[in-house]
Amino acid sequence: METTTLIGQLPEVTAAGVAIKAILILAIISAIAGFGTYLERKVLAFMQRRLGPTHVGPYGLLQIAADGIKLFTKEDIVPQHANSLIFKVAPVITAATAFIALAGVPVFPDFTIPEFIPVLGGTFVPSIASDVNVGILFVIGMMAAGLYGPLLAGMAQANKWGIIGAARTAIQFLSYEVVTGLSLLAPIMLVGSLSLIDFNEAQSGGITSWFIWQQPVAFVLFLIAGFAETNRTPFDLLEHEAEVISGYATEYSGMRWGMFFIGEYANMITISILAAVVFLGGYNDFGFIAGWIMILLKVAFFFFLMLWVRAAWPHVRPDQLMWLCWKVLMPIAVINVVVTGIVMMV
Amino acid sequence: MENFLASLFTFQGFAFYLFSFLTIILFWITVMSNNVLYAMTSLASGMVLISGFFFILGADFLGVVQLIVYVGAIMALYSFAMMFFDATREIKEKNTNGAVVFVLGGLSALMLVLMFAAPIHSESIQALYPMHEGVGNAQDVGIVLFTKYLVPFEVAALMLLVAMIAGIILAGKKMDQSLTEIMDEDAGEDEILTQKDEK
Repeated sequence: METTTLIGQLPEVTAAGVAIKAILILAIISAIAGFGTYLERKVLAFMQRRLGPTHVGPYGLLQIAADGIKLFTKEDIVPQHANSLIFKVAPVITAATAFIALAGVPVFPDFTIPEFIPVLGGTFVPSIASDVNVGILFVIGMMAAGLYGPLLAGMAQANKWGIIGAARTAIQFLSYEVVTGLSLLAPIMLVGSLSLIDFNEAQSGGITSWFIWQQPVAFVLFLIAGFAETNRTPFDLLEHEAEVISGYATEYSGMRWGMFFIGEYANMITISILAAVVFLGGYNDFGFIAGWIMILLKVAFFFFLMLWVRAAWPHVRPDQLMWLCWKVLMPIAVINVVVTGIVMMV
Repeated sequence: MENFLASLFTFQGFAFYLFSFLTIILFWITVMSNNVLYAMTSLASGMVLISGFFFILGADFLGVVQLIVYVGAIMALYSFAMMFFDATREIKEKNTNGAVVFVLGGLSALMLVLMFAAPIHSESIQALYPMHEGVGNAQDVGIVLFTKYLVPFEVAALMLLVAMIAGIILAGKKMDQSLTEIMDEDAGEDEILTQKDEK
């Protein structure tokens, strides 16, 4: 099987390498999701002039462990009239699609396992677990499939808040998929490829070659749509606690609820990586800073931006959300694509 | 039989038979289940598995399009309609004559099998527009779309435009008025009520 490697000639990608990569992604991103909750609480507390978690461990760091113990040991309740099979499958769909989407983007640098380690020594672990030629579409498609998690969860739990949450899921994700797709279309036209590696190489000429300078409108549109697709404030209408209790997650507790959570954080990371690779120069070296540190910094920045926005903005109403999508963002996205096309032709 | 076993132990063969088996099972559930949720879930996951066939064939682009269009968009639109049902209860189906359904269904299935199996049997099947090595799927699809299938492609685009305009006209009768503001004023509420009565 022909595989494209990141920079020049790298060792061949083997099945073992991909398997190790998959396990790494699962383990590390799940852990980051846990650590992300701590970061989120600390950042929010800092911005709201509170302390955040302080009691468990130094600086409240062990709060993650305490939360984990709580999630794992909590009683698992399936509501009486719920469709129990779908109720149990729904959180798995959210988590699974989020992690499958991560298979298509570069996560962590590639490396070769040292020879002295038995069995696996010398195995090359690629940066992208599954380097399909249409990486960017694959990620978008997988995140689109992720809407079935909240949707089925809301419909299966025999709870009116759940139904409203499910309806909002369908509306919000469907609408903002359009904006995500259209905003990514302009950079795709510039690169002429759907592969994330080609995107990275197109921006290898230093900071001036980043697409954010050529496509600032698309970048802003993609970020806004990304917030809506990852269900983050100010667009977290799916589980807007002031209106619909907890939306699609109302009846969930314990680890099933935890899987929704992990899925959401994995999606946040995916969107951050996508934004970094498509608009901010990807994993190219930046001066003396190595590429893999750069992409970690960029992803960390986007992650922080999501927390920042959550602290700064209130929720929007559902009708405002639809108004924003169809009357503001989508026309701008279409105009952006048309203008990009005209500029490229002239 | 030997061919079957040999192909089963290759990666592609195994993936093909696994996906086929699962797809058929899932679509069978879609047809036979009385439960809206089961039918919807199995149809959506069947669509996901069909994209697997495209990936096996090396048509990455079509596989992803299958994911985005069928799973992300069309099935999600179905699910809008599902919101009107009580998803936790079973639907009472009105079964018409079983024999007629059986004969018609069987005949159409037989016809489909014959249509698709005929060129394979004569081994005259040929790729008119084979994939180019080193060129992405998207380019190949694009070249065929904008040369041989240009007219059907544009006609399809026109039909979608017509459907979109029709949809806007049907839905947009009172688009310039905010529904919440109408609700606040009593006069407006009466207007909506009288409209309902007229219907």
